[in-house]
Amino acid sequence: MTAMTMIEAIRDAHLVAMERDPKVVVFGEDVGYFGGVFRCTHGLQERFGDHRCFDTPISEAGIVGAAVGMAAYGLRPCVEIQFADYMYPAYDQIVSEAARLRHRSAGDFTSPLVIRMPTGGGIYGGQTHSQSPEALFTHVAGLKTVVVSNPYDAKGLLIAAIEDDDPVIFLEPKRVYNGPFDGHHDKPIVPWSKHPLGEVPDGHYTIEIGKARVHREGTDLTVLAYGTLVHVAQAAAEEQGIDAEIIDLRTLVPLDVDAIVHSVQKTGRCLVVHEATRTSGFGAELSAIVQERCLFHLEAPIIRVCGWDTPYPHAHEWSYFPGPERVGNAMQELMKP
Amino acid sequence: MTGPQTKLLRDMIRIRVFEERCAELYGQQKIRGFLHLYIGEEAIAAGVISQLTKDDSIVATYREHGHALIRGIPATEIMAEMYGKAAGCSGGRGGSMHLFDAERRFLGGNAIVGGHLPLATGLALADKMLHRKGRVTACFFGEGAVAEGEFHEAMNLASIWNLPVLFCCENNLYAMGTSLQSSESETNLSLKASSYNMPSWSVDGMDAEATAGAASRALDTVRGGGGPVFLEFRTYRFRAHSMFDPDLYRKPDEVAKWTERDPISTFSAQLTSAGTLTQEHIDRLWVEASQETQDAVDFAEAAEWEPVENLEDHVGATDGASVVLV
Repeated sequence: MTAMTMIEAIRDAHLVAMERDPKVVVFGEDVGYFGGVFRCTHGLQERFGDHRCFDTPISEAGIVGAAVGMAAYGLRPCVEIQFADYMYPAYDQIVSEAARLRHRSAGDFTSPLVIRMPTGGGIYGGQTHSQSPEALFTHVAGLKTVVVSNPYDAKGLLIAAIEDDDPVIFLEPKRVYNGPFDGHHDKPIVPWSKHPLGEVPDGHYTIEIGKARVHREGTDLTVLAYGTLVHVAQAAAEEQGIDAEIIDLRTLVPLDVDAIVHSVQKTGRCLVVHEATRTSGFGAELSAIVQERCLFHLEAPIIRVCGWDTPYPHAHEWSYFPGPERVGNAMQELMKP
Repeated sequence: MTGPQTKLLRDMIRIRVFEERCAELYGQQKIRGFLHLYIGEEAIAAGVISQLTKDDSIVATYREHGHALIRGIPATEIMAEMYGKAAGCSGGRGGSMHLFDAERRFLGGNAIVGGHLPLATGLALADKMLHRKGRVTACFFGEGAVAEGEFHEAMNLASIWNLPVLFCCENNLYAMGTSLQSSESETNLSLKASSYNMPSWSVDGMDAEATAGAASRALDTVRGGGGPVFLEFRTYRFRAHSMFDPDLYRKPDEVAKWTERDPISTFSAQLTSAGTLTQEHIDRLWVEASQETQDAVDFAEAAEWEPVENLEDHVGATDGASVVLV
């Protein structure tokens, strides 16, 4: 075990995967020589050479489209889109090519590739460097969508994603790259070295895509969360003195419905939180599933706490962000008799 | 009746007969959805594909029935796919616009304009990285795709990475109903392509020997490690864009001028006057093509539909893993 930041864990996952399988190739904007703007691919080019880890032009459709072709012909590309916000020029390639190649060729051709993207706000990036577009991917049949919340999961899930035979969208909330950010932006950063999930096993291991993790056991209510909001929910529960059970979904498609149902049937109350905008967000899907599966166990209406239905603001970033106060208020609301 | 000239003529006739029949079947609602006919443009697929080896790959557009046929996908499987039957080359999943065949390295059938150009770049990059020397990816697209960002990105990447791609632009002058003049800042497309620092030139797309000759020359460069080449084939579709298109944007005299250059009738006349083939020989090619098409129709008629409960197959590697069919 080694104490790692999420950045180091992601880099380590690349190292392990590239070491084990020569068909794994890593590329994107400034991922090679520069090592990635967030340093997630630091040193890979030096270690594996510029044929395994290389730079591309600023050309997102080209990056993803090339990855689809490479995957169809036997390679395992793991590409980085520098910010999830830069994904839109590649969206046609992701939806029309990567997600659908297997289905429309009736299995003749597949696209086992990973598209990594830093997501989420918290760095005053405004509307073009803060978005959480997970629902744009979960809505597309043929894609798997992973959102990580900590170094241990990030390494195990990234290796699993690279070894997966389908296209995986791998979302990395950038605010938890360096520590378990709980939404208190005005307090000093807590590093991963002080957190049990910052302890990362050496070498190869995987976490099954499609399995949620109980982040905190509790009996009062269930919080369905992923990414940064897992830590926000924990802070909110502790501050409110509420015994919340926090489920870190980890993968949105495929979704661990059993884990959700098990917890909500136990607690009878459900709070759904995410940083993405509220309307048609993944929380809507979660609410629908809970309603379909747990209606007669519910003692209160499901509550969603999300980003606002506005572009991600710059100056008012912390108002938009569903921080511990908003999440805590919703917990109190849910617990009203 | 062998030899490269006869083969070129035979292949063009096979496409023509197959597609004329498709148009009829569309009228009978046997083929449904979209149907984009290649009639008039046959010399390009026949000529270029005649120069490819079985190790090369083809990535084409939604106007790809001819390419699939010449590539060697059996007409039966293509027609069954046009019908949407399970015996089709894409299992009935794709229909007219999405023909696929792994064995023949035929990757579509791609119906998003320009969307398949980055795919071609990736296939070629994989071939290069895996040291599959001498393999080429031939990527066909219309001139309408040149206006897409994906064209620019694919051409740029193929060039800077020196990839074995033969870019085949089938310039039929109209992006659906919009003329080349209205959609391109530079209507000389080979000049435009040359800005990506790759050999680029324009070819008479109505002459099968010219298209084959150009492809041969271009492939020498690409196979020799010279990087990508762009060929602009100047052609014309004799039919409307699709079966829904009333074709009001082309003047009758323009259509007439191009149909005089029908690649099949001009090449037939050339071969008979040179004494290479007799009219009897040529008549026989039409009869053989009709038989091939008839067999394909019989096959498609008799084929089964895919059971609807199988639709979740091939959504992902693990069938049904992330699929809800309610």
